[in-house]
Parts: sequence; structure tokens; C-alpha cells
Amino acid sequence: MDATDIGLWGVPLAILGGAIRVSTPFIFVSLGEAITERSGRINLGLEGTLVFGAMTAYAVAVMTNSPWPGLLAAAAAGLCFGLFHGWICKFSKVNDIAIGIALMLFGSGLAFFFGKPFIKPKAPNLPAIPFGAWSDIPQVQAALDVNVLFLIGAALSLVLWWAFRNTRAGLIVRVVGDSSDAARAMGLNPNRVRLLATGVGGALAGIGGAYLSLYYPGSWTERISSGQGLMAVALVIFARWNPLGCFAAALLFGGAGALGPALQSVGVTQGYYLFYAAPYILTLVIMIATSSPTRSLAGAPGELSITK
Amino acid sequence: MTDTVSSADVRAILGAGGYRAALEWIARRAEAFVIPFAALVVGMVLFSLFIALVGKSPVQLYETMWRGGFGSWFSIQNSLSRGAPLLLAALCVALPARLGLVVIGGEGAIVLGGVAAAAIGVALAGAPSFIVILAMGVAGMAAGGIWIGAVGALRHYRAVNETISSLLMAYIAIALMNQLVEGPLRDPASLNKPSTQPLADIYRVGNIPGMEVHWGLAVGVVACVLSWVLIEKTRWGFAARIAGGNVRAAQVQGLAVGPLIVGFTALAGGFAGLAGMLEVAAVQGSANGSLAAGYGYTGILIAFLARHNPLAIIPVAILLGGIDASGGLIQRRMDLPDATVLVLQGMLFIVILFSETFYGRFKAFNPDLWQRAS
Repeated sequence: MDATDIGLWGVPLAILGGAIRVSTPFIFVSLGEAITERSGRINLGLEGTLVFGAMTAYAVAVMTNSPWPGLLAAAAAGLCFGLFHGWICKFSKVNDIAIGIALMLFGSGLAFFFGKPFIKPKAPNLPAIPFGAWSDIPQVQAALDVNVLFLIGAALSLVLWWAFRNTRAGLIVRVVGDSSDAARAMGLNPNRVRLLATGVGGALAGIGGAYLSLYYPGSWTERISSGQGLMAVALVIFARWNPLGCFAAALLFGGAGALGPALQSVGVTQGYYLFYAAPYILTLVIMIATSSPTRSLAGAPGELSITK
Repeated sequence: MTDTVSSADVRAILGAGGYRAALEWIARRAEAFVIPFAALVVGMVLFSLFIALVGKSPVQLYETMWRGGFGSWFSIQNSLSRGAPLLLAALCVALPARLGLVVIGGEGAIVLGGVAAAAIGVALAGAPSFIVILAMGVAGMAAGGIWIGAVGALRHYRAVNETISSLLMAYIAIALMNQLVEGPLRDPASLNKPSTQPLADIYRVGNIPGMEVHWGLAVGVVACVLSWVLIEKTRWGFAARIAGGNVRAAQVQGLAVGPLIVGFTALAGGFAGLAGMLEVAAVQGSANGSLAAGYGYTGILIAFLARHNPLAIIPVAILLGGIDASGGLIQRRMDLPDATVLVLQGMLFIVILFSETFYGRFKAFNPDLWQRAS
């Protein structure tokens, strides 16, 4: 990217464009995790689901020569991972956090195992909508090239925010998340609700992975995810389990992730690796700032092991 | 339900009705061996199915794995060498786990420990070798200890979730290492692979006499034994186990939970940092990107397999070191991707965690449920 002709304006523009581009997987993973955590479980394995989703999407897109079957396959694979997590965690003494760590390793391992033949071939990308076509400036055009998945993610966060408040399904998930006993008294089966919530969460994380391999960065490599799945978990806590908050936080994280490349594009190369760490540092700072040893987090689901 | 062998137990075993008492004694202890071992077997059977499904022979795979990991003196030494950093990386998970903390960012402590050791080793060039090696060890432990100790402090004083914060800090540590190795600490002669300046030969940690295995293995074994003594035989370990069981109860007893958590996490990070120092001083000769080789993540698996018992870590780490060591041979002989080992590790991990649910479920291990012979 060459931004010299519009000078330093290139930096905020590149950060805006980057925020939109980088945030999309965060949006999907954090929305998925928000659903899972609202039901009272935590799935740290979404990192592995993300990587496996990326590989599945890429492989299927290469084989069918179209990105859409890839996207569907990634969602289906994510659903399987989520259902597996939801199923295995219903047994007593099985720790959901530890299972998440195991699935993180297993998902990545499986993705690398099956993904080896797909590192070379080129898959068709998911389409983007050129909202910047009115402008002659290439940087503006680049920044406003918005992928359809970003728009779907934005709409989904609105729908979920509404659904948690206003639908029966939303209420059921919240009741199960706040108190297993209350849910049982209402005749609900908490394990079944959590199974479905974790499954849906996994499917959304799979879609996030498809975005990584089919749009940005748009190729399958073994280093495709660098902790986005995990940052998304932290992001959900920061967003107080509110889908709209997840969307906003994802944009913020995307912007932080775009900081390094944006500065590099105007010739700032000093401390490149430290800027690369910006999203991790931001996550950590936010976690420190919003946690407190004396009061429990506002809006935290009562059954969540991580805040108990 | 006694947990240790009391003199009454011994008398009961030796006494007239000793047969039944001995049986009960064995039954209570057998659970801790039988369940993990059975889980290991089930995990390997599931992995065989997986290998059969992708069209390869599981028998050939395990045979290759055995040959690559333990089949010859050469491969045993190779496995032991790989097991050395894993011992220390596993302690980084097991020690905090005894306090009820799930710390998974040992990779960060390894990386920073390695960089700190390399920086000290270069800075002190010219000093006597034992002083430099000692200083490198201290620097590595300090860097790792501060890093993971901070995770513990954040956990206790700010209630920041230690699992997520430790992993975030691992990514930050790797970025920090890249920055230092590409920038201020870079050896201008390292062109393709940015590294710190190579250590002089006299500052390298050598091999255990008679073996092609560096001293890191001995250091790791000693660290495991010391950790076991710390947890099982000292009052700090006792306090840690109480706090790990129930923080409130520990606080009611007047235990200083904060310093306990910070101390244990710092020690855990120190061991991981030492692993990084040994990678630099015994294997690489300088600090570079190879430090982030995934030992920290394999260490998580080992600690859980060993159920956070430092003595059990020793055989498990060597077993996993052997599996790691056979990865290359599996890749060459069977035309399978190098990630095959990762898949096996992931499967074992899931099965082991699942097996937790079976503790206390089997009548055979619980004499209280046996029918009283009239």
C-alpha cells in the first residue's frame, strides 16, 4: 500500500479500513462465545475451531471453486466442534476451561494435518462490496471495500441483542446461564440448552475462520490465526456479554491490529513487532481495568466458571 | 478415608485379617494409576482408528513411533533431550494448578528466559564460565518468574483471569523477543535468521558424561523432585493445597493467599524461564525465533496427564519427548504430515480430561462400597 500521496491521512484511513477488515473474525467468534457464555459455559476451544474452520473453508473452496460451499463447510465443522465441547462438558468433574485448551490444540493439529495439501493452491475469495467507488483515491477505495461477512456480522449482533431481550429462546439461554436450578425448576434441561448454545457458538467461530482464509489475509497457512479466538473470549467479558458491545469491541481490536501495518505503510518501521503486539496489550489492559477482586462483573451469567 | 499409611494401616495389613485390609489399601491407590493408564490406552486406540481412517497402518505408525522415540540408544537420547525442556515447561502448569490456577502461557516465560539468558551471556563475555552460566540461569529464571508471577499477582489482586492473561502475555513475550532479536540485541552477522550474538563455547552447557544428552535433563529432574518436596512435604505446599481446595477456607485459617499465589506462579515461571535459558545455552547457542517451539503448549498436556504431580511429570515428559522425537521419522517413513503428533497429543488430552469423570465411580476402587462380608 502506498499512502505517500495523501500523507499522514493515510494512517487513520488505513486504521479504519483495517478495523473493518481485521474485526470481522472477532465479531463472529465473540458473538458465538457470547451465546455460549450466556448459557453458562466457556469455550476456550474457539481458537482451534477458528483454525479448523479456516482450513475447511479453504479446502472446500479450492475443491468446489466457489467460496460459499467453503463457508458452509466451515460453519458445519465449527458446529461439530461446538457440539463435542457441549457434550463432553455435561459429565461431572469435566472442566470446561481445560477441555477448551485441549480442543484448541486438537483443532489446530487436525487443521494442520488435513490442511497440508492446501497450502499451495489458490481458493476463490469471498466477495466484497466497493463502498468507496465514488472516490478516485485508491486508499479510500481500499479502506471502504467492505466484505459481505462484515455486514452480516453487524446485522447479526443487532439481531442477537434484540433476541436475548425479546425472544423465548433468548430468555431460555439467559435463565440456564444464570441458574441451573431455576432452569430445572422451569422444566428446562440445562445440558441440552448449553449443548445447542456451544454448538451455535462453534458454528459462528467456524464462519470467522472462513473469513480469515477466504478474504483477509485470504490464504491458508499454519499461522493464520494468532490468538484471535482467545482474544475474542476476553473481548466478550469486556463487552459484558452484550452482542452490541461485542461488535464495538471487535472494531476496537481490529483497529489495534491494523495499527502496525498502517504505520508501516507511511514508513514507520521502528518497533514494528511491538505494534504487532498492540491488540494483545490492549486486551490485557482492558481486562486489568475492568476486573475487580471485590465485586463480581455486572451482567455476568451466574453459572459461568470464569467469573465465579 | 485416610490418605497416608498410618501405623494402624500397617498393623491391619500385617494382622490376622490382613488380606482384606491389604486389598482395600491397594484398591484405594490403584485408581490413580489405572484410570490415567486406561485413558492413555483408549486415546491411543482412538488415534489408531483415525490413522486407519486416513488409510495408513496404525501398527506401522506405533512401530515407527517406538523406533523413533525409544527403539535405540540414539533415539532414547534424542527423546531425553527433548524431554528436558518439557519437564520444566510442565512444572510451569502443574505448580499453579495445585493452587487452582490454570496457567497456559509458559511459552512466554520460556521465550523471555532465553532472551534474558542470551543477553547476560553476551554482556558478561570474558568472565569465568561458571559465573556466566550461573548468571544466565538466574537471568532466565528471573525473566520467566516475573512474567508468570505477574499473571499470579493480576489474578489475586485484580481478579484477572489467569488462563487468558497468561496466553495474551505469551503473545506479547514473543513480540518482545522478535523486537529485541531484530533490534538492539541482533547479531549483525545473522542474516537469514535474526539471532543474538552466539555464546562462546566455554559458556555453553555441555552433555551429561557418557551421554549425548545435555545437563538440562538433570536440571529438569531435580526441579521436579524439588517441586514434589515443596508441595508434599513443606508447610508452603500444604498451604497451597488448602488454598487450591478452597480459597475462603485458607483465608479463614489466616494463610497469606496473595504471597502464596505470587510465589508459586513466580517459581513456575522461573522454571519455564530456565527451560528457555537451557535451550539457548545447551541447544541453540543464541536466542532466536526457535525459542517459540511450542514446548510451553506440550507442557500443558504433560501437566494434565501427570495430574499436576511433579514426580509423575518425569516419565510423562520423557514419553511425550519420545513422541515428539519420532515426528520426523513418521513424516519420512509414512508420508504423514508433521502435525500427526499434534493430533495424537490433542486426542490424548481430551481423553485424559474426560477420564476425570470416572474418579470415584468404580466400586472396585472404593472399599467403602464393598459388601461387608458377614
